[in-house]
Amino acid sequence: MTATQGAESGLSDAAALRIFRTVTAIRCTEDRIVRGLGAGEFRMTYYNVRGQEVIPAAIGEHLRRDDYMVTTYRGMHDCIAKGVPLDELVAEMCGKVTGTSKGKGGPMHLSDPQSGLMVTTGVVGGGLPIAVGLALSSQLRGTDQVTVVNFGDGATSIGATHEAANLATLWQVPLVFVCQNNRYGEHTAYADYTRTPSLAERFRGYGMEAVTVDGNSVPDMFAAAAEAVERARAGGGPTFLECLTYRLGGHSFGATTEYMDPDEFASAEEDEPVGKYRRWLRDQRGITEEALVAIEGAVTVEVEAAVESAKASDPPPVEELLLDVFSDPVSVPR
Amino acid sequence: MTVTRPPERTRNQASGDGDPVHTLSEGVNQAMDIAMAEDPEVFLLGEDIEDPIGGVMKGSKGLSTTYGRQRVRNTPISEQAIVGAAIGASLVGMRPVAEIMLMDFFAVAMDQVANHAAKLRYMSGGRTHVPITIRTSVGGGRQFGAQHSQSLEAWMMHVPGLKVAVPSTPRDAKGLLYSCIFDDDPCIFMETMSLLFTRGPVPAGRFAIPLGVAEVKRAGDDVTVVTWGWQVPEALAAAEALAGEGIRVEVLDLRTLVPLDREAILASVARTTRAVVVHAATQFAGPGAEIAALIGHELFGQLSAPVERLGAVYSPIPYATELETRAFPERTRIADAIRTLV
Repeated sequence: MTATQGAESGLSDAAALRIFRTVTAIRCTEDRIVRGLGAGEFRMTYYNVRGQEVIPAAIGEHLRRDDYMVTTYRGMHDCIAKGVPLDELVAEMCGKVTGTSKGKGGPMHLSDPQSGLMVTTGVVGGGLPIAVGLALSSQLRGTDQVTVVNFGDGATSIGATHEAANLATLWQVPLVFVCQNNRYGEHTAYADYTRTPSLAERFRGYGMEAVTVDGNSVPDMFAAAAEAVERARAGGGPTFLECLTYRLGGHSFGATTEYMDPDEFASAEEDEPVGKYRRWLRDQRGITEEALVAIEGAVTVEVEAAVESAKASDPPPVEELLLDVFSDPVSVPR
Repeated sequence: MTVTRPPERTRNQASGDGDPVHTLSEGVNQAMDIAMAEDPEVFLLGEDIEDPIGGVMKGSKGLSTTYGRQRVRNTPISEQAIVGAAIGASLVGMRPVAEIMLMDFFAVAMDQVANHAAKLRYMSGGRTHVPITIRTSVGGGRQFGAQHSQSLEAWMMHVPGLKVAVPSTPRDAKGLLYSCIFDDDPCIFMETMSLLFTRGPVPAGRFAIPLGVAEVKRAGDDVTVVTWGWQVPEALAAAEALAGEGIRVEVLDLRTLVPLDREAILASVARTTRAVVVHAATQFAGPGAEIAALIGHELFGQLSAPVERLGAVYSPIPYATELETRAFPERTRIADAIRTLV
């Protein structure tokens, strides 16, 4: 898609720069976490998102704060794009009391209802049925809120996903299924777990709109997300977006990549989406180098502050252990 | 949106004889009817729950006609989606009542129940919660075979974050279900199939029984039978038979397993010094083990006999009546167990 087409799809300079800020924040946060983990500065389980930054950043431009989002353990990018405060996000990943869940959820269970991030699940496919219910609530209440559920291509092999797709379509709930097809289900390549040539094609079978989009192209993602979110908001039912991307790393921090095709990996790295988008902004949209550097500088400062704040925070106090099991602590069995 | 306060945690008095008589299923139906009338955020979802079926056990009969198909929603045969959709709507404050046709089918939905409903409050540090109720029928004793007859309350009790209610009378069914619907935590509400059409007094109008409060269904001084659901009438029949032999049996109906009314259990057994825990769940590693351990630990030295347990035998539930009747504790074996203690 050319810059002109991008402009036609409504991607203003302001929106383009907000998206740049978001992808930069995601990339910068990941780089900082990876550096800290490598140096033993802090500990966490971390599921890398490098290569998938554009998908939530572009979708986020079409979402309101009161729209709902559900994501998975590989979801740090989704959280940032939905507007979860960076310091609370990093603190939660570090298990600190200043985190979004007081350090009791961790990186696989991030939630921040104030910014609409309702669930992060550690179970592949587990978030999709819940997203149907969030979307149903908007339909029943007569609001125009939209729910977005993120999941990997690996989740298309599990039953819950298909139950959710069928029910969402049957009930025409305002939901956008965002399948971030990064070509791997944990340590297994796409071609080794399915013979389905197109996931969009498979989900179209449920009777909903389903499209395949280049998830590493901001203009393409921006346009596809606009259509899906507008359809949901207008009462037109769910959409399945198969967003093609590539996981530029192993399954998680420190995990091997030896099962990944080295040539394919190298070429994806060469074409990685944040750098590609930066070049596009400069060369095709005429954004100045100074403007981009200024955003990068501001984001770096913000990320560093979030990390320092998390490091300085306390772990949750021991009294938290049996709190939040039930609404009433008296119900907890002794 | 109607603001509803959870009922006070007070001891509930036995019902008056003047209350109208209904089946347990009608008690369930009344609780949902009243909850839906009071609060537009209450809605129902499940398989075949709309009229004219009204639920295969008739629990929601008439409600889709009264409240419409937006609020009483048939679903595909999709247990994961049913529970998941309930969870999602509850996360933003609605109060869904999901029906899983038979408790055995929880096996299909268990990721949503155990990994999501039970844990989201804790994992979010209390920033979200899951005020859902899952109603389910529990078979047993009806020749439904191994996949339609299990009492799986131990599964539910073993996952921190789930409340579990098991009514044994029409009155308790109404009062407990109402409390479950307006409770702010996920509640599993078990409807014993063989009791669904038994009749008893049910208070008219809004009626709540607080969760976590056991009820003495029959008072006695010699032995305490701690039980719930299906085995309550069996224990009462055993107690009646033993009264003729001069054995005075107390039948304590727990009504909810989480929260567990440990004070009621300990108060009763401290007095009788003998206890039998009876349930339809498998005896091995069943809820009775937890309760027996509680009694043994707290009342060690005061007991006149070891705590006895009676649960389902360690086998899949057999089909043939001749075998199935041997698989679950019933009145004669409960009576036999009590005789060994006195």
